[in-house]
Amino acid sequence: MSDYNFAYLDEDTKRMIRRAILKGIAVPGYQVPFASREMPMPYGWGTGGVQVTAATLVPEDVLKVIDQGADDTTNAVSIRKFFQKTAAVAVTERTREATVIQTRHRVPEMPLTQDQILVYQVPIPEPMRFLEPRETETRRIHALADYGLMQVRLYEDIARHGEIATSYAYPVEVAGRYVMDPSPIPKFDNPKLDDCPAIQLFGAGREQRIYALPPFTRVRSLDFDDHPFVASKADHACAICGSTTSYLDEVITDDAGGRMFVCSDTDYCAEMAEGGA
Amino acid sequence: MNAPQTRLSGGFITPAFDSARGFRTILSAMSRPGTVLDLAGGHGPAPLSDAAATVLLVLCDRTTPLHLAPSHDTADMREWIAFHCAAPLVDAPDAAFALGDWAALQPLDRFAIGTPEYPDRAATLIIDGHDFNATPAWLFGPGIKDSATLALPKTAAFAANHARFPLGWDAIFTAGSRIAALPRSTKVR
Repeated sequence: MSDYNFAYLDEDTKRMIRRAILKGIAVPGYQVPFASREMPMPYGWGTGGVQVTAATLVPEDVLKVIDQGADDTTNAVSIRKFFQKTAAVAVTERTREATVIQTRHRVPEMPLTQDQILVYQVPIPEPMRFLEPRETETRRIHALADYGLMQVRLYEDIARHGEIATSYAYPVEVAGRYVMDPSPIPKFDNPKLDDCPAIQLFGAGREQRIYALPPFTRVRSLDFDDHPFVASKADHACAICGSTTSYLDEVITDDAGGRMFVCSDTDYCAEMAEGGA
Repeated sequence: MNAPQTRLSGGFITPAFDSARGFRTILSAMSRPGTVLDLAGGHGPAPLSDAAATVLLVLCDRTTPLHLAPSHDTADMREWIAFHCAAPLVDAPDAAFALGDWAALQPLDRFAIGTPEYPDRAATLIIDGHDFNATPAWLFGPGIKDSATLALPKTAAFAANHARFPLGWDAIFTAGSRIAALPRSTKVR
């Protein structure tokens, strides 16, 4: 611990990130540029989320880190160890015990509270990027709230597949203004962003963007009157805990077509299996 | 040689921890408009409140142009800021942060409100000596479940600031060791 400044980053860097977070809170859904630092892990491993977490942590925090819902995968374990070593914070796998939760691609099943902060790792923060590669143009699209292109993309989904086939990183409109990429969470999780009591922060390290949702912000998944948004999941019960309401991963069990569906949120599954919750 | 030390005292005792805790309080205030919280740790020369001193220590450094309104533009303040923050002191239009009481910060149309492409390039006003017991206004919007209230110096000024969302400045209110905030996203009535 004494070999590192608290939470690894130097104070100048944390101040810069903190100022960006506050502007992100003031303009919900707008991507604030920030001077992302090189972190001791490669881009794509959550460098944005790690920097936001580092600037947010206090010594009293209890940190939980999940990767696709699981606490025990490589990415989650190494980020958790990173903050144990550099910030000496307490860690937990229990959603209800955590004060700061860093996540890659899931929102915990357990409803969040106003005492919690959820930090998302974001690979591509710009929702329009695959429709318009030029940053100058996407910036103008956001300035003018000219989001017709995104509706056309969703319409083309319907024309081609009969339904909106986008199943993750499903675009949302924040507080009636900015269209935002909720990071590659399954669209099953999109409704959890709406009116959430917790503060939600998004960090994209390689793309150098931070954005945010204050608590109780209106977050609407884009859709059409005749093709309303549906938060879909695999139509099964969890093979371990039996939950029919949690998001499921499909697990291949042999090479003869055997498979099972289990909760993606390992903490939720363990608690349900114990008969809790 | 005691006098200069007294004039310049009041920085964080454990900077990394104090600024982390201070930031969480500021983040909570900005995320939940209308919530009044305790913020202390920094202490500067009069008329600077402890809460405003802490905000400066948490957020300002040599990369953040700071405007001192006449109420706070004293020799002691300039020395204290130079020593603890090293923030360049600038005129209102160039400021990332502005510090003063409500009357001294007028007129507010001098401050940066960002551009349509970069709404984040807007000033943050630190309104010190705020009267938290003044007539409260109703607040609505992100960060607020249903509605909230907060004493405002002049409701119309904040309503006009919200009307140009996503442009606009953001406000932090301080007095003594109390802090509240009002981002431009908040609708005021």
